[in-house]
Amino acid sequence: MNWTWFHKWGSPKWFFQKTEALVLWFGFLCLILLVVGTVWGLAFAPEDIKQGNSFRIFYIHVPSAILAQSIFMAMAISAVVGLVWRMKLAHIFVQVAAPIGASITLLALVTGAIWGKPTWGTWWVWDARLTSTLIQFFIYLGIISLYQSIENRDTAYKATAIACLVGIVNLPIIKFSVNWWKTLHQPATFKLTEAPSMAAEMWVPGLIMLVGFYLFFAFAVLVRMRSEVLEREKRTAWVREYLEKKNVL
Amino acid sequence: MRPIRKRRLQLVVLLVVGVGTTMAIALLALQENLNLFYSPAQIVAGEVEQGVKIRAGGLVVPGSVKRDPDSLAAEFQVTDYTGYVTIRYTGILPDLFAEGEGIIAIGSLGSDMVVTAEQVLAKHDENYMPPEVARAIEEAGHPAGTSL
Repeated sequence: MNWTWFHKWGSPKWFFQKTEALVLWFGFLCLILLVVGTVWGLAFAPEDIKQGNSFRIFYIHVPSAILAQSIFMAMAISAVVGLVWRMKLAHIFVQVAAPIGASITLLALVTGAIWGKPTWGTWWVWDARLTSTLIQFFIYLGIISLYQSIENRDTAYKATAIACLVGIVNLPIIKFSVNWWKTLHQPATFKLTEAPSMAAEMWVPGLIMLVGFYLFFAFAVLVRMRSEVLEREKRTAWVREYLEKKNVL
Repeated sequence: MRPIRKRRLQLVVLLVVGVGTTMAIALLALQENLNLFYSPAQIVAGEVEQGVKIRAGGLVVPGSVKRDPDSLAAEFQVTDYTGYVTIRYTGILPDLFAEGEGIIAIGSLGSDMVVTAEQVLAKHDENYMPPEVARAIEEAGHPAGTSL
C-alpha cells in the first residue's frame, strides 16, 4: 500500500494549501443542508402521533448526540496517529476539535432536557444514557483543561492524546447504555441491521440535518486547524509568501 | 511500519485494552445498580424493600387505570408481562401517559404491595409515526402505535 498521501497530509503546508477550497465548500454545503433540514423538519415533516410537535426537537437532538460521539471517536483515532506517528497535525486536530465536541455534547444535553420535560415529565433523570453523556461532556472539558494546564506543548499534546484513549471507553457505554440497562431513554431508532422504526418522511429531514451537522464540524475544525497552522508556522517562508499574496503583510 | 512506531502502537493498544477491561469489570460489578428502575417482576419477587424510595417501571395495563372523579388521584397497574404491580398517584400525569405505554413511578412500596408514587414519568419508545400513517394502519385492521 502506498502511504505517501498519508505523509503528505501530515505536512502543515500541504494541508493548508489543499484545504483552502475545501473549507468554503464545507461551509457552503453545511449552510444549505442545515437550512433545508430545519425548515423541512420544523414545518413540513409530519408530527408524531404520540408526541405531537414536541418530537421535532429530534432534528437537533439526535444529530448533535450522534456528532458529539463521532467527534470523540475522530479525536481518539487522531490521538493514536499523533502518538504513534508523531504527526503534529493530528495533535492539532485533537486540540481544536475538543471545544467543538464539548459544545455539541452540551447542545445534545440541553435539547434532550427540553425534549424530556414535555414527553417524560422531567428535565433530567440519572439513567445510564443521560449520565454517561454528561460524563462525556466532562471528559471533553477535562481534555480541554488538561491541554491548557501544561506549559510544554509536546507534553500537553501527549497528555491529551492519552486522555482521549482513556476517554474512548465511555463511547460504547453511551451507545449501549439503553440496551445494557433499564433506562428512561428509549433505545436507538436507527440501527445498522434493521430498517428505522420511523416513517421515511420523518427521518429524511433528520438525515439531512445529520449530514449538515457533520459538515459543520468539518468546516469548523478546518477553520480552526488552519489558523492554528498559520500561527505555528508564521516564521516559515511559505506562510510569508501566502500572506504577501493575500496582501496582509 | 518502523519498529519504534510499532512499539508505540502496541503501547497504545495495550492502554486502550487495559482501560477497557477495567471499565468492563467495574460495570459488571455495578450491573444491578445501574438500572434506573425495578420491573414489576422484581417487585413481586420481593427484591424491593418496603418503605424505601424506589423507581418502578412497566407498561400500564390496559383497562386498569382508575381516576378519582373528584381529585387528581389515580390508580393503575403496571406490568412487564411477568409481574403486576399497582401504583397509586395523586397529581397530573404526563401527556404521554396512556394505557399500554411505558411509565416509571418514583415512590415507595407499601405493606399492601402498592407503590405510592410521588412522581410519574412517561417512557416513550423508539418508534415514531405520523398520524396519517397510524390512521392508515388502523383502517387496514392493525393496531397502531403499539409498544412493548
